[in-house]
Amino acid sequence: MDRLIYLDHAATTAVRPEVVEAMLPYFTENYGNPSSVYKFSSLSKDAVSASRKVIADSLNTAAANIYFTAGGSESDNWAIKETARVYSSKGKHIITTKIEHHAVLHTTEFLEKNGFEVTYLNVDENGIIKLEDLKNAIRPDTILISIMFANNEIGSVQPIKEIGKIAKANGIIFHTDAVQAYGQMPIDVEDMNIDMLSASGHKLNGPKGVGFLYIRKGIKIRNLIHGGGQERARRAGTENVPGIVGLGKAVEIAVKTMEERTAHEKELRDYVIDRVLAEIPYTRLNGHRTERLANNINFSFQFIEGESLLIMLDMAGICGSSGSACTSGSLDPSHVLLAIGLPHEIAHGSLRLTLGYENTKEELDYVIDNLKEIVQRLRDMSPLYEDFMKKQK
Amino acid sequence: MYSEKVMDHFQNPRNVGEIENASGIGTVGNAKCGDIMRIYFDIDDNQVIQDVKFKTFGCGAAVATSSMATELVKGKTIYEALQVTNKAVMEALDGLPPVKVHCSLLAEEAIHAALWDYAEKNGIKIEGLEKPKSDISEHEEEEDY
Repeated sequence: MDRLIYLDHAATTAVRPEVVEAMLPYFTENYGNPSSVYKFSSLSKDAVSASRKVIADSLNTAAANIYFTAGGSESDNWAIKETARVYSSKGKHIITTKIEHHAVLHTTEFLEKNGFEVTYLNVDENGIIKLEDLKNAIRPDTILISIMFANNEIGSVQPIKEIGKIAKANGIIFHTDAVQAYGQMPIDVEDMNIDMLSASGHKLNGPKGVGFLYIRKGIKIRNLIHGGGQERARRAGTENVPGIVGLGKAVEIAVKTMEERTAHEKELRDYVIDRVLAEIPYTRLNGHRTERLANNINFSFQFIEGESLLIMLDMAGICGSSGSACTSGSLDPSHVLLAIGLPHEIAHGSLRLTLGYENTKEELDYVIDNLKEIVQRLRDMSPLYEDFMKKQK
Repeated sequence: MYSEKVMDHFQNPRNVGEIENASGIGTVGNAKCGDIMRIYFDIDDNQVIQDVKFKTFGCGAAVATSSMATELVKGKTIYEALQVTNKAVMEALDGLPPVKVHCSLLAEEAIHAALWDYAEKNGIKIEGLEKPKSDISEHEEEEDY
């Protein structure tokens, strides 16, 4: 393969060299256990504290409210399962949306099997919930609203501040899965009334296997992981010190570069959207034209299937992803694309391209040129396209 | 995830296209599940498949099984073609991932559907050929978690 163009930053990102550099000493030199008594271990302990502070500052909260975890899925599981357990005497009703990540959806489905009731809010054609629907779904026994900040497939951004207001007015805990949004847009948990927030390191050029859950002071959830007294006795297990250091460094850079980086990504995003919609017929953009993550692009190409498209792009050195069923091993296409009202056959032909700071316009011209050719090639072998073209005559 | 043969038939599919005034055409699958296969036969007076073409909407495995199925029936009599099973298509491709086995069933079904169309057009009965389902629906596998 001659070149590699990575356009799957919503799946994971490369760790920045500065982040790796910051982490390295905590593998080989400052490897002490932060819980130990001797002075040597305070190097690790201080590094963990410093990371916690950087993250807390980025969200406008106190360091004591940041709890390190093994990533976004653990944070989502912890927030939802523990809220359900601790607040079940108040009620057993949870509100979420149809377009959450499976880390949320499979967790709420698990709770449904264990006596909880869950309302899954619909979204409009752009993947945004209606605040009226949320208000109408609230019951006296509602204990949790869990709504993602920005969607991982179509990049739609929810009205988080308004949701926070509604949750607060009704005395309901508000959790948001911000795995895609954190580092991509400013988040203020005070201004937005967010009670719990999940985030992950590897989506913002940090390491994999580390993330955090922000828990507002006063939320009474206890441990998901039991054991030692780490993380103020709320999350057991020796701290992933290099990971936490890397996460802190990645957040520091993400905050510092946010404005410039997302402006660059947005410019490339709009360039790709404009060119593809103009040059490839029978194509739709999934998600809102402008109200979307700066780095998210999601198309559906009529008459073709997503996995074939991905393999052919891969052969040209281009990494993308698809909501096609064939890539997931099930027969149903993406629940997100179905939730915004796409028919199955259109959802099968979807392509997600997610940008990073290192992508260039030159790369994207190469991608679009290849994409045009590949889509036409697949359409030429598609019976759906054949039928459609015959009808046009 | 795919064998070299599958990748070869996906990248360079054999017999893509249409046949005008085909002796038999079979279309199976549905867009909802993400797979549609259409096979065209040109069958001569000795009931030999002189030419075969296909069009497929589907994943890499669906394209590859269509391509391989057309190769396996080309030049065969209709009775020989009837013996080409999904297993034979899979073996010829050096296997398929378990979630893609239904693609090979679709290929077998498409051959049968095209033969059925040929038989109907010519008012003949092909011994051993049953009326194909127009739609192959799969039972969704429950995800474990």
